[in-house]
Formats: sequence, structure tokens, C-alpha cells
Amino acid sequence: MTTASLVSDLVTTFKAEGRIVIVGASLAGLRAAEALRDEGFTGSLTLIGDEPHEPYDRPPLSKQVLKGWVPAGNTKLPRMRAIDADWRLGVAATGLDRANREVLLANGDKVPYDRLLIATGVRSRQWFNPEEAKLKGLFTLRTSDDAAKLQAALKARPGRVLIVGAGFIGSEMASVCCDLGLPVTVAERSSAPLVGALGGVIGEIAAKMQRDAGVDLRTGVAVESLEGDGDGHVRRAKLSDGTTLDVDVVVASLGSIRNVEWLEGAQLATGFWGLACDAGCRAFDINGVVTDNIFVAGDIARAPHVLYEYQFLSIEHVDAAVLGAQTAANNMVNLETGRRPHLPLPQFWSGQFGVNIKGVGVCSFGDEIVFTQGSVEDRRFAVAYGRKGRIVAAVTFNHGKWLEYYGAMIERSAPFPPPPPGYDVPKDAEPIPARFPDPREPTGIPDVVLTGHDPTSRGAEFRPKAR
Amino acid sequence: MRIVVDLNRCLGYAQCVPLAPDVLQLQGEEALAYDPNPDDSQRQRVARAVASCPVQAIILEMDPPADRNTK
Repeated sequence: MTTASLVSDLVTTFKAEGRIVIVGASLAGLRAAEALRDEGFTGSLTLIGDEPHEPYDRPPLSKQVLKGWVPAGNTKLPRMRAIDADWRLGVAATGLDRANREVLLANGDKVPYDRLLIATGVRSRQWFNPEEAKLKGLFTLRTSDDAAKLQAALKARPGRVLIVGAGFIGSEMASVCCDLGLPVTVAERSSAPLVGALGGVIGEIAAKMQRDAGVDLRTGVAVESLEGDGDGHVRRAKLSDGTTLDVDVVVASLGSIRNVEWLEGAQLATGFWGLACDAGCRAFDINGVVTDNIFVAGDIARAPHVLYEYQFLSIEHVDAAVLGAQTAANNMVNLETGRRPHLPLPQFWSGQFGVNIKGVGVCSFGDEIVFTQGSVEDRRFAVAYGRKGRIVAAVTFNHGKWLEYYGAMIERSAPFPPPPPGYDVPKDAEPIPARFPDPREPTGIPDVVLTGHDPTSRGAEFRPKAR
Repeated sequence: MRIVVDLNRCLGYAQCVPLAPDVLQLQGEEALAYDPNPDDSQRQRVARAVASCPVQAIILEMDPPADRNTK
């Protein structure tokens, strides 16, 4: 018997009798489980999730749910097939013992695995002052439970809502407040909304959209402190420009933190930007050596991308989670020649202030921007982002039907500025600086981040090793 | 009944909206919003909406897989 056939037998046996554990029971975890069964994996499958809920869809939380149209518990994800899994919900993973191949749980249980998928995602960054963080009326938004609480607070018609941070989620929440007729202030430390993800040129357009809708938008200011009343309910906010605001609801929309702490001591390449893995979703260890049995998917993954000079990308997008999960599943049950790369062209959307904002590529990889179609005044336009004479990303405002046209050009690194589509071309179609802030600035963190070239670069701060 | 609309794929043709207006709605010209877990009384309307989508962006779970309720 040859070595090749021995290994092949091993894979067949693993697919029939192996044990796969998925840590993280949200979108990536569920879709990976389904893909594993599609691949013919009939062994034991365990899903571990710290939330008590079965997997649900998060994008509606900041829109339909906050608006009061859809109850927070009603965004449960459709199932693509039966997965016959052992669900361990409502109990967090607290450690990983690689030597014995066991996941340690908060209740003391140990779950053995042959292959492991890490999909623990991100959580929302909490208010920075722990005393003020206890105030009633202060919220963050990431989970279904968060959304239920915030929705109830908005339904009680607060006198003013303060949203701290004008990324996509913060801006979407401000839009909902406007729809509900609630007075809303948005405080953003950088120069404009969406500036980390889309740059200063688009940020200015987003700022005008907010102000036209009635948002009291304050840029270039930080919220320095919150004050509560006798009941411990937030009532006032002090801004860095010396002004104070009377507020009844404060939403901290300060971006996300990767859930890597439970991996402390496991000697994997974890850090601020997540867990580094190769383009085939296999985790790197702390030395940058690829592991055989540990895979990564979803918001926590950080992988090199051929289109972006092989820099590691951290992507917090629905699309990347689903495709990454399916690729990880495939690579968990196939040998070298059957493996696939996970090289998504990042795609996102955001509905706010009646405008559908969509994008493809990595905008912040570009340094120039050009308006290619439509009209800013009508809020119906397309822009392309370029770097060193090639197109790297595109964004549309109410012009989504054209996004594929740009996506195809980005995939083949077409010249920048791109050839005009021969239709609806604006007069001032000259490239200008896109004006991105330093991605390491805390307020400028976009939801797709270029994080350098090796597993430990660009802010991938090492956590202290457990002794 | 559960649905997800792949809003990357959705191009805002809005063919689905008049077929199931209680489940799928436009916010402005192009942004689609939807009820992810519509009432079973909407089954037929949603099925028609799914079929009408020119880019097949609506993912539908009409009948849950047998093991869903175990979690």
C-alpha cells in the first residue's frame, strides 16, 4: 500500500467517523456546519456558542429591528439543510488545549476534537469608563439582546438620543432615529461619518445626508464623560469642545473587538485584528507556522489576500463570513489538491437615510477617488478608488446595478481611473485624493482592515503568554 | 418561515416588493428591508417573491430541516 492511499484512507475514515468542533454559533459557524455535511462529513459535529440563541442574522438589528418593525428575536437564520449537530449554546469557550485537542468550556466541560473551526467573531467595544458604563440608558449594539433593549428604549420616545461613533452601524441607527422622529445627535471624533471605511470625500457626502435628515452631527469631537441622575440613568453628556448635551439614550457605536481572549496560551497567532490564517482558512501558530487541524472563519479571521499585495485582511462582512465558512469546511475534509482558497472580493451594503450604499473591494487600500457616474446632488452615483494606477474598490450610492461592472475590473486590476462606462459620466471626472485617516486611529477603523504582511504586524499585539 | 435577502446580490429591481409587501419593502429608491421571520400566512406570497427575483437574492427556508428544533 502506498503512502498516498494510506492518507486517502485516513481522510475517508475522518469524514465518516471524525469529530469536528465549531466554536462560534453564528452565521459562519452555522454555514460551515451545513457545508461540512454537504461535503459528506458524517462524523460528530459540535457547535459551541456563548449566546443562548440559535444562529440569527445581525444586519437587520440596526435597521428593521430598531425601527420596531421586526421583533429582535425574529431574525433567526434560515437553515440550508439538516446538520445533525450537538449544540452547546449559552456556554462560552474559555480555553483551547491543543496538546490534548480539547476545547474548554465555561461550565468546566471539555469537548474533544479532531479538527476545530474557530468562528468566535467580534463583540462591541464597551464604553471606556467602567463607572459610566453602568448607567441605565447607555447601550451598545451587536447582539439580538442588545437590539431588544435599545429598541425598547427608543420606543419610550427619549428626549434626545446620542450616538457616539459614525461608522456604518452608528449612521444606520441615526437614520432609524430620524425615521422614528426622535431628536438625535451623532458625535464622531474624526472629520465625518464613514470616513474610516470610505474616506473623507465620501464622508462629506454622508455628513450632508445626515444633516439634511435632521441629525445634529458633531464631528471632530469626543464624548468625554456621561452623567446620570439619582436613579443612575444617563442624562447628560460632556463633549470635548466644552459643550454639554441633555440626553436620555446614549449608544456607544465604537467598533468591535475580536473575541480572541479565550485562545490565550494556545500559542496561536492571535492579536488585536483577530486570528491569522492562510488563504485556505488554516490558522497560523504564534510563530507563523500553519496548523493542520485548526481552521478560522468569519469576523475573527485575518488572512492574506493576493489582490491587496498579500497583506492580511480582516473583514467584518456577511459575505466574507459565509464564503470563508464554506471554504474552511471544504478544506477541513479534503487533501491538498482538493483545497480551495478563500479570496473574496469584499462586498458590503448599508441602508441609511433612504440611500443604498454598496461597495466592492477594499476602499482604504486606495489613495485616490474618482466620480465615475451619476450625480452627488441626486445622491445617485458611483465612485472608484485607485492606487498606483489600478482600480482597487468602488462604491455606489443608489447605483448598485453598476457595482458588478466595477467588481470585474477590480478582479483583474484594471487601470485607474477606469474607462468611463460611456453613460451618465459626471463632468468633473478627475481623480482626487480619497482622504483616508490612518487606519490605526481608534475612530477611523473601517470594517475591512489591511493589517500588514505577516501574522504579527500592524497592531497584532501579543497577549502575554500564560505561565 | 425564515428568509434572508443577500443584499450584496440584490440589485434593487424590487420585483419582489409588490408580491409580498408585508415582508419586503423598499427604503428609498434602492435599499431593500425585509422581515426575516414572516408569518406562515405569507407563505404563498413569499414563494412568489422568491421566484420573481431576477438575481435570486432571496434565501428561503420554507420547511425547516427535521433537526432544526433540536436547536
